[in-house]
Amino acid sequence: MRIEDLSSVILTLVTFLPLAGGLLLMLFPRRDRDIRIFALVISLLTFAVSLHLPVHFRRGLAGFQFEIDRPWVSTPNIHYHMGIDGISLWLVVLTTFLTPLCVLISWTSIHERVKEFFILLLIMETALIGVFTSLDLFLFYFFWEATLIPMALLIGIFGHERKVYAAIKFFMYTMIASVFMLAAILWLYAHTGSFDFVVIREQIASGGVPGFPAAGQWLFLGFFLAFAVKVPLFPFHTWLPDAHVEAPTAGSVLLAGVLLKMGTYGLLRFNLGLFPEQSRHNAPWVMTLALIGIIYGALVAMVQPNMKKLIAYSSVSHLGFVVLGIFSFTQAGLDGAMFVMLAHGISTGALFMLAGILHERRHTYEISEFGGLASPLPVYSASFLVIVLASAGLPLLNGFIGEFLVLSGAFQAKPIYGILGATGVIWSAVYLLWMYQRVFYGKVTHAVNNSLSDLSGFEKWAVWPCAAAALVMGVAPIVWLAAIDPAVQGALTPFVRVASRVVGQ
Amino acid sequence: MNPMLNLWLIPVLPLAGAAINGFLGKKSSRKAVTTIALFFSGAAFAMALWVAMRFTSLTLPYHEYLAHWIRSGSFSVDFAFYLDQLSLVMLLVVTGVGFLIHVYSVGYMAEDPSYYRFFSYLNLFMFFMLTLVLAGNYLVMFIGWEGVGLASYLLIGFWFTKDSAASAGKKAFIVNRIGDFGFLIALFLMIKHFGSLNFDQVFKSVMPLGAEKAGAGLLTAIGILLMVGACGKSAQIPLYIWLPDAMEGPTPVSALIHAATMVTAGVYMVARSHVIFERAQMALTVVAIIGTLTAFFAATIGVVQTDIKKVLAYSTVSQLGYMFMACGVGAFSAGIFHLMTHAFFKGLLFLAAGSVIHAVGGEQDMRKMGGLRRKIPWTFWTMTAGTLAIAGIPGLAGFFSKDEILWRAYQASWAYWLVGLITAFITSFYMFRLWFMTFFGEYRGEAESANDHASHRSHDAHGSHGHGGVHESPKVMVIPLAILAVLSVVGGYVGVPGSLGGNNRFDKFLGPVFHGSAPAWQDTAVGEKGAPEKETEGPEPKSGVSTELMFTGISVLAALLGFGLAWQLYYRRPELPGRIAASMAGEYQILLHKYYVDELYGALFVRPLIDGSTRILWHEVDQKIIDGAVNEAGEGARHVSDEVRHMQSGNIRSYAGWIAAGSAVVIAFMIWMWTGAR
Repeated sequence: MRIEDLSSVILTLVTFLPLAGGLLLMLFPRRDRDIRIFALVISLLTFAVSLHLPVHFRRGLAGFQFEIDRPWVSTPNIHYHMGIDGISLWLVVLTTFLTPLCVLISWTSIHERVKEFFILLLIMETALIGVFTSLDLFLFYFFWEATLIPMALLIGIFGHERKVYAAIKFFMYTMIASVFMLAAILWLYAHTGSFDFVVIREQIASGGVPGFPAAGQWLFLGFFLAFAVKVPLFPFHTWLPDAHVEAPTAGSVLLAGVLLKMGTYGLLRFNLGLFPEQSRHNAPWVMTLALIGIIYGALVAMVQPNMKKLIAYSSVSHLGFVVLGIFSFTQAGLDGAMFVMLAHGISTGALFMLAGILHERRHTYEISEFGGLASPLPVYSASFLVIVLASAGLPLLNGFIGEFLVLSGAFQAKPIYGILGATGVIWSAVYLLWMYQRVFYGKVTHAVNNSLSDLSGFEKWAVWPCAAAALVMGVAPIVWLAAIDPAVQGALTPFVRVASRVVGQ
Repeated sequence: MNPMLNLWLIPVLPLAGAAINGFLGKKSSRKAVTTIALFFSGAAFAMALWVAMRFTSLTLPYHEYLAHWIRSGSFSVDFAFYLDQLSLVMLLVVTGVGFLIHVYSVGYMAEDPSYYRFFSYLNLFMFFMLTLVLAGNYLVMFIGWEGVGLASYLLIGFWFTKDSAASAGKKAFIVNRIGDFGFLIALFLMIKHFGSLNFDQVFKSVMPLGAEKAGAGLLTAIGILLMVGACGKSAQIPLYIWLPDAMEGPTPVSALIHAATMVTAGVYMVARSHVIFERAQMALTVVAIIGTLTAFFAATIGVVQTDIKKVLAYSTVSQLGYMFMACGVGAFSAGIFHLMTHAFFKGLLFLAAGSVIHAVGGEQDMRKMGGLRRKIPWTFWTMTAGTLAIAGIPGLAGFFSKDEILWRAYQASWAYWLVGLITAFITSFYMFRLWFMTFFGEYRGEAESANDHASHRSHDAHGSHGHGGVHESPKVMVIPLAILAVLSVVGGYVGVPGSLGGNNRFDKFLGPVFHGSAPAWQDTAVGEKGAPEKETEGPEPKSGVSTELMFTGISVLAALLGFGLAWQLYYRRPELPGRIAASMAGEYQILLHKYYVDELYGALFVRPLIDGSTRILWHEVDQKIIDGAVNEAGEGARHVSDEVRHMQSGNIRSYAGWIAAGSAVVIAFMIWMWTGAR
């Protein structure tokens, strides 16, 4: 098949390959080893196929590429419309990159209901990719809700002590919020006759949607609420620590690594894309919440006695940076927000893997149960340190680039936003290094920790790619930014328009 | 057209060393680790020398572009390098002193089980420090800036099984981050107003701007924020608190990072940004006042310290204060001059102190030393050179640079000069106190029995080798001492001021960097663009020579007084200090507890933050208010969880049933909405 032919089906292939693998797995006999290998092969294959996207992606273009748009259902008017731009491109690759690592990290830690686990994981992957590739709102919403079910099941079945509480809290919380988005989507359909994102965007921009000026704010809020809960933006974040603490490692990795980005992606794509005027109008309080999230999340993370909760709250802080960047409406802010999404996916994903590795050995996440681990676990602790530094935003590692751009953008929007946000660089050093010290430095405080085994082969293959990615993204961010930058520029054009219209009045 | 120098290799060489030793060192022999570490740090030094030799043939400043780093819209940052007289001085100091300290460490760390890790970190430090020095824009400088902080964190906490070492490393990193916060905001201001972080472009944008005399203005803000960063890195008030704790690291680390190189990064950065500072009088004043206060304040603490490394640590803080004082009065080249001589003599003093500690089996308390001058003569004589140099005894390196600073300070304000002079006296006193306590009188340590080594406090590393009593260090440690001692003695002759018959070649060398960039002051005569230079830098008017000589005399007197007092108290009548301490118990306690600043910060910031975050933010806001509201809202999660608890847990079908029920609700809602919408 020629490349040109491939480009119209590649997104379908990437999206549904994991699902196909999952369906095939259902036919497998319960031989755990085979199941694991098959899941790994499928996820690696998906990753390999997805690399077609960045390789053949035409940088410098703002619009959607690899588009496919076929009528699917005539009434209601639903299209099978997929496509990616520089914003969604890397989120797809992030998902396909993390999934094989999730398989590896679950290799030994999941030993019951292995088949169900990997089926759910692969279904999950399809749903996540679908969210980023869909350009039809109905399709988008379908994938959006579809992520809930496998994730809730992963938490509810394979989680820890309070798994059912956490699974249901996660499910109900995010689903109720999504209903408001659904209402907004249906309003849009009723007034435009289309679910197509591009069509709706054009119609709103040209002022051709009846009743829009009055409903705009409500539509903005409908989408916003669904996304804000998913991000999670303060004060909608309390489902997150519970879900993380109870989730199995792979669940946490996908949850923090990709699922949260659905929220920030949604804000960027839909709230900014469809409702630029409303976005600008609402920006002050959204940015205030983002700033609260940055500082509050960090401070609460600092005092957590549970390692996984600490990482969960740190996500609240990091995702606050993303929202801050998005609503700064500056090139640097949005570029940075995109980069933080990717960097956070890698580094926090890896942090959850590392926490999971300890849990597998000691069946606890309590920081006080550890101490002095650097002596018995040198390789593990060195890997952990690299990831901690990436997360703390050390230059030449990936965390820095995004945070720097976000803060620079926020500062351009209004200096006080940048200044308050920049205190985050202090807080992240505090909570991460303090945690690192308590876990790894000093003398070994619990004798049992002396006999822990260092990273196994599977674990190395799960963690080290993340460390390598953190380094490469920190040294050569230009590779990612080259695709992100034009897309962001495109996303910002309506804001230039809005601004000039305001000036024109 | 400039020849291609490949400057980028200078930092990257030690990085390669760090990577090789870091990944392979554990399985290699010590000899291999040593070879790698010395080869790559030595190669950086050799290359720096090579650059220095070709220096005259270059058009300065020399630029080098390696690759794009960040691009966002019209804003972009490259991996770019920059060489001028200022960076050359720094380059030679960092690679030269750095290489010597690598050599010394071979002996000092010989017995450490994590030998390879030490050298990997040390090489890593060189990479970041050289990146900082050679950077062509503020953001690449920031890579080095944060990176040296990382290396410092790793090396302070090198013996991480010791809680105090681990805490000290963390404290250093966090306090530095507070400074970095200021640095970052300064960068944002530059981006916002100049659209670039390249030195060239920033300075070009700043040059036409007039001096901000009345205070508040963009350049003043940038200057003060940069100074916040410098306060963190260079341990100035109020962020100096990490440096004394940093002495937990191995002594070569204290010499390299916490005396000779990293802590001077703030001075370098301020000097590099002199174009900005020269136009922001208030920022300069802030720099001068902070520097002066820190110089004095740290010196007073140094007087009562009994740990030999702590004395040197406070001394470093104090000497850095001098450098900032110099920058603050616009005498940037004097500040850099002192930076260089300080690197020689303070590096030497730390290494010599390490040699002392090595000799007495890990002891750091000077009260348990004494009479060591005959037992470790090489250490004694080299340390004497360092002590004389820092005390400001005429003819040695520290004398010229300190004198230059004091003279410039006087021209700005007699107050700076007076405090600086008193500090010089205190410096001389505490250094000779150290010298007498360590090398004179009777040995007060443990009896020199065969089991001497067994009883030593595990302050420093080498616990395991057989200690046959007090002994001189091996050659590999002594030779670097000797070289640094020579530099401490003669290093000042490159900058002999005009009043003493020299022609201050150092100042002339740096001239192209610092001169001619000052703004045209509004109150100077129109058209005299070069006029202010006379006030700030450059050769003094003839009439000032005799005055300057008089001031030199006063400084020398202060140094001699310090020596005399130390001699009286710690040589002739060693029982006196105890009595004085007893009669001034209150003051003594305050000094001994370092003015209770750590305690103050703990009570003001650390505890409230931790308690507030735990009790108010986490327990109250997060758990009670927010999550409480979530749980109570409608069919709250608490109720749900009660319901759920009744279910047969572990039964996949029942969970799936719940989820399916939830999905059904959604789908039903969708259909209802859809039909309603039509």
